[in-house]
Amino acid sequence: MSFSVTEPTKGTKWFAGILVVAYAVITIIPLLWIIATGFKSPSDSIAYPPVVVFEPTLEGYVNLFTDRTRATPDMLEAAGPPETWYEEIARERGTVISGPSRYGERFLNSVIIGFGSTALCMILGTAAAYAFSRFRVPLKDDLLFFILSTRMMPPIAVAIPIFLMFRNLGLNDTHLGMILLYTAVNLSLSVWLLKGFIDEIPMEYEEAALIDGYTRFQAFYKVVLPQAATGIASTAIFCLIFAWNEYAFAVLLTSGEAQTAPPFIPNIIGVNGKDWPAVAAGATIFLVPVMVFTVLLRKHLLRGITFGAVRK
Amino acid sequence: MAQIRIENVRKEFGAFTAVQSSSFTIEDGEFFMLLGPSGCGKTTTLRMMAGLELPTSGEIFIDGEEVGQKPASQRDIAFVFQMFALYPHMNVGKNISYPLLSQGMPKAEVRKKVGEIAEILGITDILNKPVGGLSGGDRQRVALGRAIVRDPKAFFMDEPLGALDAEFREHMSEELRALHDRMNATTVYVTHDQLEAMQMGDKIVVMNHGVVEQFGVPQDIYDWPATKFVAQFIGSPPMNFLDFNGMIGTGQNEVRLNDVGIEVPEMREGTNGAITFGIRPEHVRLDDAAPYRGRVRATEYLGTTQIVTLETPNGEVKARLSSADRVNVGDQTGLRFDPRTITLFDAENGHALRSAANMEVLSHG
Repeated sequence: MSFSVTEPTKGTKWFAGILVVAYAVITIIPLLWIIATGFKSPSDSIAYPPVVVFEPTLEGYVNLFTDRTRATPDMLEAAGPPETWYEEIARERGTVISGPSRYGERFLNSVIIGFGSTALCMILGTAAAYAFSRFRVPLKDDLLFFILSTRMMPPIAVAIPIFLMFRNLGLNDTHLGMILLYTAVNLSLSVWLLKGFIDEIPMEYEEAALIDGYTRFQAFYKVVLPQAATGIASTAIFCLIFAWNEYAFAVLLTSGEAQTAPPFIPNIIGVNGKDWPAVAAGATIFLVPVMVFTVLLRKHLLRGITFGAVRK
Repeated sequence: MAQIRIENVRKEFGAFTAVQSSSFTIEDGEFFMLLGPSGCGKTTTLRMMAGLELPTSGEIFIDGEEVGQKPASQRDIAFVFQMFALYPHMNVGKNISYPLLSQGMPKAEVRKKVGEIAEILGITDILNKPVGGLSGGDRQRVALGRAIVRDPKAFFMDEPLGALDAEFREHMSEELRALHDRMNATTVYVTHDQLEAMQMGDKIVVMNHGVVEQFGVPQDIYDWPATKFVAQFIGSPPMNFLDFNGMIGTGQNEVRLNDVGIEVPEMREGTNGAITFGIRPEHVRLDDAAPYRGRVRATEYLGTTQIVTLETPNGEVKARLSSADRVNVGDQTGLRFDPRTITLFDAENGHALRSAANMEVLSHG
């Protein structure tokens, strides 16, 4: 095959480069601002005009992870000198640490619900996509359309029926309830995406495995699944990002036990009202798992592992 | 190794009938070709033998055992796919050993067996390579390796040379045939290439529109086609057809083409109406004295031979002549047909009429 590409001129390259950098800067500024705010003092965080250069402090992180009470000078004296660096930070504000905050629990809830629903979504999605891709399913097209149609309105539009349903089923404020809900919302996306990926895997691989003496199920997990790894990885990232960031249902359906981090973070109240550095610190830490997950799966996102094994 | 018998096998996909009730037998150790144009049902037939499709009705016997409704994994056969279908996430050695691992063969024995097979196919040096970067020929060898490593009852190949470059095909087809002769394995081979079928096959089945048109050894099929379709599909250029209306009775050995009497093999079957006179290009001779006339329209030089296209009152005729013969476009000339090689067809249904010459071939097919 031959094709010709005009070599871009130096000017074009510069122009393209500037555009890319400008776009990257615009998208990353809010992120950087949140990370920076996490290290600001409360007064710096609400200063106007905003401060860009400031003296960093870990106060926001300390406040994020602790509950504190205002202390009178007598109490401070009675408590003796601060024993740890974080207690020292609290003392400077005239408070003492009364215990850990609930951020840790909320974060753990997010991990359980986010990864749980992603895993469930992948298991159900892969199985359904495989069936739709390979078997003669009666009313296949109608079923696929039905599955897609579940996403034709914003999920929050059915919030009230879901709320009532959850209350009657006792699923309100439970991990299981939230996992089921996020799985239900994500499943149509994952079935459609995965069906596309599985459709692209030639049937001959499974047929070769059948001929080689393997059962249909062995052919599926030994031959099809490794081929679909790329698709499963990218679909999992989409599902996780949705479940991880979901806010509206979390506010509505969780309040204690199973509350995830998104409804918790904006409501972090400090001694003097809204504690913006702590909110920013909470958001910053909240970003980490999704980033790690994406980076870990990144190599699977590169297509082309099947390149050349089957000639088309 | 095994005999394979197909009895009244039929396959429908919804309203579409891919294979009409078909029967034939593949003898133990035969190199058997399923030949036909695309969409004729040959691949479906092969896939039914392999168990990748289940027949709608009919029976398939492998080694005397009825396997029609059994899954592929229980038939003990090997399949070479057109696109090879090497497992992309495994290296060459792993690909070849995969059928053995499903049988639970001990690792050491698997390694020994794979080594032997690699030796036979000359791919010992690439055993540890991923399959992605291999050349077409090497991929073909790996696919063959995966097929023969298990000593299956039969080999099924679906256009295995179709994905190779033309220059490499010939080499590979020789290699395949040599491998077959060495292993003496029953092999069923699907192709749409009539030359490949003639070259490699012990026996050929010609299919069209899901129907078995003819079944026999290549020479018989070439010389005595059972239908007009076979006559046209096999041979390059195909058999010449001259259409005329007339009546033929049993025992007759002459037909009248445009009022010229032409000798044909003694007929054993008669008809009345539209008839097609069929003759292969190499059996046409030009002779100025001959009464049946034609005009030269084109010549095609092919080295030792040339193909001369003539216009006759009953249609176009191509003759394969020696390149030494001098023929000019526009010449008026006479045509002579070798009477022993003529086949008459009933133009209505395309079937060959039985004569003393083709009787034997047609009665066993």
